[in-house]
Amino acid sequence: MAAPKCGLSVFLFILFGLTITTLADGHGSTLTDGQNAGAADSPEAAEPAAERPVLEERRWEATEVQEATSSDAADGKQETSPPQTVITPSVPQPKDDFQEELVIRPLHSGDIYASFQFRTLWETDFMRGNKVSHYRLFPKSLGQVISKFSVRELHISFTQGYWRTMQWGQPFLPSPPGAELWVWFQDTVTDVDATWKELTNVLSGIFCASLNFIDSTNTVQPSASFKPLGIGNVTDHRFLRYATLPREIVCTENLTPWKKLLPCGSKAGLAVLLKSEKLFHSSFHSQAVHIRPVCRDWQCRSMSWELRQTLNAVFDLHTSGQGKREWSLFKMFSRTLTEACPLASSSKIYIDVTDNPEVLFLSFDLSPATSLLSQAVVLGDRRTFSVYDLTQQATFGSVRSLNLLIRWKSSDGDMLRPLLHAERYVAGYGLQAGEIHTLMYNHHPFRSFPVLLLDSVPWYLRLYIHTLTVTSKGKDNKPSYIHYQPSKDRVRPHLLEMLVQLPPNSVTEVTVQFERALLKWTEYTPDPNHGFYVGSSVISSLVPSTVAMDTNSTQEMPLFSSFFPNKEESSYFVRVYTEPLLVNLPTPDFSMPYNVICLTCTVVAVGYGSLYNLLTRSFQIEEPNPGLAKRIANVIRRMRGVPPLS
Amino acid sequence: MGLLSDPTRRRALISLLTRLNAPICVVCYMAGVAWFMGLAFEPFTLRTYMSENAMGSTMVEERFPAGERALATGREFSAHKKRVGGMPVDWLVKTMQARGLEVFTQRFSRTLPFPDEDKERYMVKGTNVYGILRAPRAPRTEALVLSAPCSPGDHNNQAVGLLLGLASYFRNQIFWAKDIIFLVNEHDLIGMQAWLEGYHHTNTTGMDWSPLQGRAGSIQAALSLELSSDVVTSLDLILEGLNGQLPNLDLANLFYAFCQKIGVLCTIQGKLQRNDWDSVSGYSHAVQTMMLMVLKQASGRPWGDHGLFLRYHIEAATVRGINSFRPYKTDCTTVGRLLEGMYRKLNNLLERLHQSYFFYLMPSLSHFVSIGYYMPAFGLLAAILLLRALDLWVQLSAAPQRDEDGVTDVEQTAPGVLSILTPLVISHLTGAALYSLPVRFQDVAVEHFPVSETEAVVLTAIAIYTAGLALPHNTQRLLSGEGTEQGWKVLKLLALLYLAVLLGCTALINFSLGFILALSLVPVAAFVTPHIPKLLSAVVLVLLSPACTLLFAVFFFHELQETPVSFHEGWLLYLSVISQGILDHCLYGSLLFPLAALLLYPCWLLFWNILFWK
Repeated sequence: MAAPKCGLSVFLFILFGLTITTLADGHGSTLTDGQNAGAADSPEAAEPAAERPVLEERRWEATEVQEATSSDAADGKQETSPPQTVITPSVPQPKDDFQEELVIRPLHSGDIYASFQFRTLWETDFMRGNKVSHYRLFPKSLGQVISKFSVRELHISFTQGYWRTMQWGQPFLPSPPGAELWVWFQDTVTDVDATWKELTNVLSGIFCASLNFIDSTNTVQPSASFKPLGIGNVTDHRFLRYATLPREIVCTENLTPWKKLLPCGSKAGLAVLLKSEKLFHSSFHSQAVHIRPVCRDWQCRSMSWELRQTLNAVFDLHTSGQGKREWSLFKMFSRTLTEACPLASSSKIYIDVTDNPEVLFLSFDLSPATSLLSQAVVLGDRRTFSVYDLTQQATFGSVRSLNLLIRWKSSDGDMLRPLLHAERYVAGYGLQAGEIHTLMYNHHPFRSFPVLLLDSVPWYLRLYIHTLTVTSKGKDNKPSYIHYQPSKDRVRPHLLEMLVQLPPNSVTEVTVQFERALLKWTEYTPDPNHGFYVGSSVISSLVPSTVAMDTNSTQEMPLFSSFFPNKEESSYFVRVYTEPLLVNLPTPDFSMPYNVICLTCTVVAVGYGSLYNLLTRSFQIEEPNPGLAKRIANVIRRMRGVPPLS
Repeated sequence: MGLLSDPTRRRALISLLTRLNAPICVVCYMAGVAWFMGLAFEPFTLRTYMSENAMGSTMVEERFPAGERALATGREFSAHKKRVGGMPVDWLVKTMQARGLEVFTQRFSRTLPFPDEDKERYMVKGTNVYGILRAPRAPRTEALVLSAPCSPGDHNNQAVGLLLGLASYFRNQIFWAKDIIFLVNEHDLIGMQAWLEGYHHTNTTGMDWSPLQGRAGSIQAALSLELSSDVVTSLDLILEGLNGQLPNLDLANLFYAFCQKIGVLCTIQGKLQRNDWDSVSGYSHAVQTMMLMVLKQASGRPWGDHGLFLRYHIEAATVRGINSFRPYKTDCTTVGRLLEGMYRKLNNLLERLHQSYFFYLMPSLSHFVSIGYYMPAFGLLAAILLLRALDLWVQLSAAPQRDEDGVTDVEQTAPGVLSILTPLVISHLTGAALYSLPVRFQDVAVEHFPVSETEAVVLTAIAIYTAGLALPHNTQRLLSGEGTEQGWKVLKLLALLYLAVLLGCTALINFSLGFILALSLVPVAAFVTPHIPKLLSAVVLVLLSPACTLLFAVFFFHELQETPVSFHEGWLLYLSVISQGILDHCLYGSLLFPLAALLLYPCWLLFWNILFWK
């Protein structure tokens, strides 16, 4: 698989070398969509030439989308590439490596999307039996978790807010509102549920979050939606656990432990920007930790552990004051950059400049200008990025501080509509029944594609699964695969997984009716009138790429290269989360227990009791009781032997 | 109850109740009315207080500055409205988008069962425009709604302007925890109905609407804004919704608290609050305010655009700006600040409004009467029905006992099932005809008589109602034998219990309606027998029938509103009220018309039947 890719990248380089001035030094750049699209460098190429004076100082760097495994292989190789300011570890075994990067994408709405990724790669094996005790870059707390609980993969995200797909496009790393945790365990684990329980409690402590509220009532084992992202072909979903806490509120207390996992903490490098007072002044905030095993080298004979910490934030144009379409690092984070993390092998900032198609007609200004450009296919769309390498002193200029400034010149231009998006709501009124509607939009003009829908509904909404309907374009759309696990009261939630084909340019509606259960009075939350949350449904899909859709590409491509859709680019993995639901259950008036107890007791004692008496007793006229005097007289008369008085 | 187990004492109690039945009933009736009138007396009522802690102690600042700009937007809106000749959809969409909202539209259409002559509409087609302000870092689970109707003519332009002004001001704030939906609805309640049905994806009334594209989770509270002048003298709060539902009292408290804080005159039922409760005029003012609320609530119709929210368990109220001739005026900025304050406090809510009362009457904005205080008034009236029923029961059970020796009489006195069932069935059939025929046969009526559709419906209804009065005659004809003395007693016993259950259920849902009906129907039910003077009691019975109650209520309502009407105007109003009632049922699912036609009227007919028992 790697061979054609290398060939293609070599070809691309020759192409660039011929058309424009090319001076590329191979720098690692990693752009991921979180699933299987990593990005890695092409081999170095340097062809000095000076034909085009306009683009003279531009340097191009081509980037390819590759499978995660091969990208990691490439990274492993790239480890030794020369231009790195990092101090190589004095102890050569085991090797570890840290990279940091920030991607900034100006959005059409005027908002701005900042995505941090920090990657620590460690060539060690926690499972090998010999105890790993010496930690350098990899956080010890997580390392111990991996070895103690035999974790194969761990993905945890904390999100505050909802990603607005229709305004912002697809995120690099999707995550549902609240907390999400999914873990693949090693197949050596015997009691998965107990290990999971323990693990959630430990993670709860590490991340200072309420993950300990994960129990069997909100844990599911998806059969198809969550596949391992690292190496290993274990797909037995007995070893998978997935849980969400849609109510979890994310704040600084979660950010601090997350930052502590970074080798440089928040002392140096890109993490300097992560100040909570600005970070939580945004429209969207999401932080995540992904741990997975990856191949150490090309042949994948041994493995490394990868820790990827990501943080995404969207800053709002309107609430940030002024309303001017102008962003800078300082305005976003109230900090500027002065240095890279000294432990990092690579430290870069990417600015998405795809919307600046021509040099002469810019829709926004970028200052300071950079000479380095990079191209990547991200989420099925070919994007161009300006790259700032923080390991180069030149980047910081004479003021020794980097404050990127993006200034819009015009606000027109429209966004490419995301091909897949979804929404969900509760229909109906009253506190007895209701209906969950899930709408999935396929905006592709001519291709249909299948999606996997995962719904996990708490037991207190009793789904009537016989009312499940899937319709698109007014017609019944029969799912080709349904996995349904009914709920058990107070034990486990409903799990519904479906494989649905979405016709082109359509809306597919999944509806299922439910009944609201009456909880026991101790089972209500402290604020029962707020409602009860139902976690987001998860829609996973391989979406046909827009690059493949683009037939008359503006990119200069030779005709012979663009006939068959390129395999890597023809479809890409997307995971979409719908909004969580807030459902009101029938709730007693908790201020009234005393009154209710009194009233009930009164009704039972006075009303029911005496009515019951009246109805069941047989009444008979009693002989009038003889008076005391008469009774005494009778006793005397009996003693005298005279017949008693009547 | 021990009392009842003892046969002698039971007999004594029963004989006391039967002997003094009539006086006790009269006393109960008087006491009930007196209790009700006492509810408006200030020392007997409670002051309102904020029950919800999340809205009480937290202070918010109101800083809305842009009243003038909002008015300018309102003028722009009015110009566009005039040019388009309806809802300026494109302009609204563009304006809302420019303010940073997610904007969506909804089209709807509805053909009324018969033309609405009050609002001059028959085939209604319109568009709702709404923009959603997405709260930062909130997962779209909760929302608040601010709506303003796009009314024909020059009405409510300022409301739309202020709505847009608030939208742009709110958009720049970071503190929102709930999404805020700004809705401009066309064709007032019909548009609102379409939007709410679309939002909750239900269809209760057979309306046509296009599905909504954007949602924001479960709606926690809503305010509807009506402003037709640049400055206002006072703001009126309207609470009465569909079927007499009321929003949680905390919403009214919130409005009152902010009016006090900002210094805006506020009214309820259009009546200012007075401080001289101890004077006669002060008391009568409070009574008038409360009676207006009772009449409005009893009518079961939504008195503002908020009224339809209540069905979906969304606390909602309408705020209406009133511009009278008072010298002291409040400008748009202040109204905006008031709304800002209210929304910020609603935004602070952790739970739905549930702490305070859902059942209450308000003799003024600062005082309320809770369900525990007003229910005894109704209870006293309903007790009369039970007392009479007990009396009849004793009479019925005592009669055979007395004749125990003469075995022959027992057979004769037991009334046939048929003699009871026949009037029951016939009266209900008449009720069903009253419910279904007017709308169904409007075409036939229009063909044969020179009337419009609306008149046809109303006049058919009145005709069927009047025709029902011939029922006793028909019933007698169907029955073979003579009605016995026992017969009418059993029928009356049945009718009394029926009425008691009916009124009891009604009062639980809509106290005002139950109370008004009890006031008029209970005397009839209590004293009607075949042995009283026929003509006089027939007149009394007709005057106290549900239809005449409605007529009196129309006059009384206008009297209370200080807009007295002449008899002719009143009659026309009465006709239009009937047509509105039927329309409310068809369009919004109001339950008053079916309740009156299918249950109340047949029940009243039973009493009518007893009067003419032979």
